[in-house]
Amino acid sequence: MSVLAYGVPIWLLVVGLYGIVTSRNLLHQIISLSVVQASTSVLLLTVGFRAGAAAPVFADIPATRPAVDPVVQALSLTDAVVGATVSALLLAVAVQVHKRTGTLDPDALRRRPER
Amino acid sequence: MTPRVRRVVFLVAAGALAGVLAWGFGGLPRFGTFDGAYGQILNHVAVPQRHITDVVAAVNFDYRGFDTLGEEFIFFAAVLGVALILRTQRGEHAGHLADHATGRAVPPTSDAVRVLGLLLTPPAVLFSIYVVTHGHLTPGGGFQGGVILATGVLLIYLAGEFDDLHGLYTEPALERGAAVGVAGYVAIGLLGMAAGTAFLDNVLPLGRLGSIFSAGTVPLINLSVGLEIAAGLVLLLTNFLHQTIVIRPVVGRSA
Amino acid sequence: MSGLEATVLVLVGMGGTAVVAVRDPLRQAMVASLFGILLAILFFVLQAPDVALSEIVVGAVALPLMILLSLAKIRGGSR
Repeated sequence: MSVLAYGVPIWLLVVGLYGIVTSRNLLHQIISLSVVQASTSVLLLTVGFRAGAAAPVFADIPATRPAVDPVVQALSLTDAVVGATVSALLLAVAVQVHKRTGTLDPDALRRRPER
Repeated sequence: MTPRVRRVVFLVAAGALAGVLAWGFGGLPRFGTFDGAYGQILNHVAVPQRHITDVVAAVNFDYRGFDTLGEEFIFFAAVLGVALILRTQRGEHAGHLADHATGRAVPPTSDAVRVLGLLLTPPAVLFSIYVVTHGHLTPGGGFQGGVILATGVLLIYLAGEFDDLHGLYTEPALERGAAVGVAGYVAIGLLGMAAGTAFLDNVLPLGRLGSIFSAGTVPLINLSVGLEIAAGLVLLLTNFLHQTIVIRPVVGRSA
Repeated sequence: MSGLEATVLVLVGMGGTAVVAVRDPLRQAMVASLFGILLAILFFVLQAPDVALSEIVVGAVALPLMILLSLAKIRGGSR
């Protein structure tokens, strides 16, 4: 079962990279990037998991109950925020690229002569 | 490099990457048996030491508060960057407000949508305030509550016209709110230095465990982060909307 | 590992594949929103409610919204 837990992040990483490499549309690439970013969050949380433990929020359980690791959760939280901001900036750039060149195809953009 | 060749090269490289990762992950402890020292210590120490019940918030805003300060600045810089990238360029002008998204005649907003938007906005705002202020007691916090507040504001756009939201685009209070949020975080950190200890040290009275006024500086940091995220996200989204609905190329010149 | 965690992990893997397999950005935005919710369910099952809440507001609300707004500008063009 560890195979599944640690294999899903590897699969998400490879699938997301495949989407970025073989994409014909800048927006499709940006959304595939968000899949890659999700893979690291999943890996962090599967590493920090303890079987039979509760969430590290002791509002209604006594503070002596075993709980999962809170440090990796803090890392994942920051990961999600940064992922959203990166996607926002990339989308803004994609909008301007389309306005100036009329296309969103990465291959067509690469073939454009430099002005 | 043709697309086919690129795909083949990628598949070979991805196979190698997956192999190396799988070999590396083989050294990880079995799923469900992680016994990291820092997590154990924090789970035992955070509640009595800081009078806080959400240990993840304690890590984010107290024990590792400096990293969250960096995260807030990343968000602020991204909002700044989007406003810069999507500004009115040469060859464009800000035309009159009209929804030109698909070129079809846009039907007026239906009454059902208007009523739902009106009904959902107050609960969304209230819920966001609850999530922000209880971030140190239950799951939630400044970031999540700030985004919920921003979507509450955007319900206004969905239920009404863009005019209502466009007034916000030029509203200086949004920019000031975002700036105050980020500066507030730094100011709370400087409180620690003023009290004679380290930057971002938890120097306010810790209060009673489980009440809203507990955990020292953490609820204050949650408030300032919530303000910054809400104002910043509304600014971000109105920039995108402004592009669609207001900005037009000057007639006679190509973009 | 219990069956619940295994099921949700498999669903997340399938969801990620679906996001990449859909090529049209408009449909991909909707599938990405669904993927965000699947991730949030996985995070709940892994006892991480803070991260799940964060993933819902970002992955299921903020990101698809920004994609749709960009698409509106791109599809509408310079009319």
